[in-house]
Amino acid sequence: MIDSTATAALVAENIVKRFGSLEVLKGVSLTATSEDVISIIGASGSGKSTFLRCINFLETPDGGRIVVGGEEIRIKQGRSGPIIGDQAQLSRIRARLGMVFQGFNLWSHMTVLQNVMEGPLVVLRQPRAEVHDRAMDLLAKVGIAEKHDAYPVELSGGQQQRVAIARALCMEPQVLLFDEPTSALDPELVGEVLRVMRDLAAEGRTMIVVTHEMGFAREVSNRVMFLADGLVAEENSPAELFGNPQTERCRRFLASVL
Amino acid sequence: MDFSLLAWGDAGWGDQMARGAVVTLAVAVAAYALGIVIGTGLAAMRLSAIPPLRWIAAIYTTVIRGIPELLVIYLVFFGGGAALRAIAAGMFGYEGYIDLPIFLTGTICIGASAGAYSTEVIRGAVQSVPKGQIEAGIAVGMTKAQRFWRILVPQVARFALPGLGNVWQFTLKDTSLISVIGLVEIMRQAAIAAGSTREPFTFYLVAAILYLGLTSFSNRGFGWAETWANRGVRRS
Repeated sequence: MIDSTATAALVAENIVKRFGSLEVLKGVSLTATSEDVISIIGASGSGKSTFLRCINFLETPDGGRIVVGGEEIRIKQGRSGPIIGDQAQLSRIRARLGMVFQGFNLWSHMTVLQNVMEGPLVVLRQPRAEVHDRAMDLLAKVGIAEKHDAYPVELSGGQQQRVAIARALCMEPQVLLFDEPTSALDPELVGEVLRVMRDLAAEGRTMIVVTHEMGFAREVSNRVMFLADGLVAEENSPAELFGNPQTERCRRFLASVL
Repeated sequence: MDFSLLAWGDAGWGDQMARGAVVTLAVAVAAYALGIVIGTGLAAMRLSAIPPLRWIAAIYTTVIRGIPELLVIYLVFFGGGAALRAIAAGMFGYEGYIDLPIFLTGTICIGASAGAYSTEVIRGAVQSVPKGQIEAGIAVGMTKAQRFWRILVPQVARFALPGLGNVWQFTLKDTSLISVIGLVEIMRQAAIAAGSTREPFTFYLVAAILYLGLTSFSNRGFGWAETWANRGVRRS
């Protein structure tokens, strides 16, 4: 048997996270192989966003390990639990994990194009001409090329989120992390963002998506994880999980959101 | 008023007053730059998770803002001179009289005060930057230094520029206090000219016009800087 940790695009193993005395994650694991689209669903407070933020160490996990493309993120023991072991390695790995936030988080002092080019120019130090062409192509792909000179504040939420997706893609990441990408959007703007995400899934991108959009989870992902109280309560193909939930928790959750 | 008093060259005081304005501007720019460096460092200390660093910064701003700047200048100039003479005598057996260099002393004193005031301005501005702006930088793999220069500084500038413009304005005016230790800037030059010509009103009026010219000109500059820093912000 081959060691899946070495070959998988992303492995999160037994992730534990505490905020003070509250244990938000009690040992959550996930393995994504290339081209997997995994949706993480669950009630608010179930720990799904925290789990996603532990993957790229926006939150430092209190236990467990993260392996990206065969390389484990180094940690060392601090006075009160694990801390980042090697900042340079972590920055390098983060650059391979594209992240899309609920609140977009476009840099407000930069234009759309500057936002998309910033990472490749500053972090990857790629040549400007090459980055410019790629950025314009990606903006065209998310349908927002004509706004490349606008500032984020001049765009609608849906447009901002599409720019944020282009920004993540311009780093040419191995895995894309989506943290409730449509939760901050007006209902009529959700569709345009989901459409872009569907296209990405169809291209064979590896995606981890924390979402409240059950339609997306069911139709686009090939695997769905249901989190409850900081644990994976159920994990299955979308057809099984939505059609035939095994646990009472999952049944009740689906009944309340569908 | 006798305008021939302001003639250029040996006949009048015009070139001396102009030179005084240059010295004022030079000491103000140097003190302000020092103030921004001190203010940035102290703001970082004020926001630090380590309590002793926060205390040191709080003590500094409280003390410097609580003493008249004129007194700070006297304390540093006379106290520093005495200390320097004691060191020279003790370590090198030199018994002569040594003074601190006045330009440097003046810059440090005024800069110390500018630093104390800009600390609060910068601290508030840093706290106004939304956390998500920095997180987006972390997620893309930026180092701490990249996040600082590419995201934090431009966004802090936006919130801090109005307050820092104020700090600049009174830094410029406070340089007049350095005249007491003998630096020949606008104020000192005006006093010299007034004494030698017995036309105090003329020269202090010229001094006032020079200060007003410098402050209004630099206010224009800060206005432009604010417009630039606020690009991408919805005007209300």
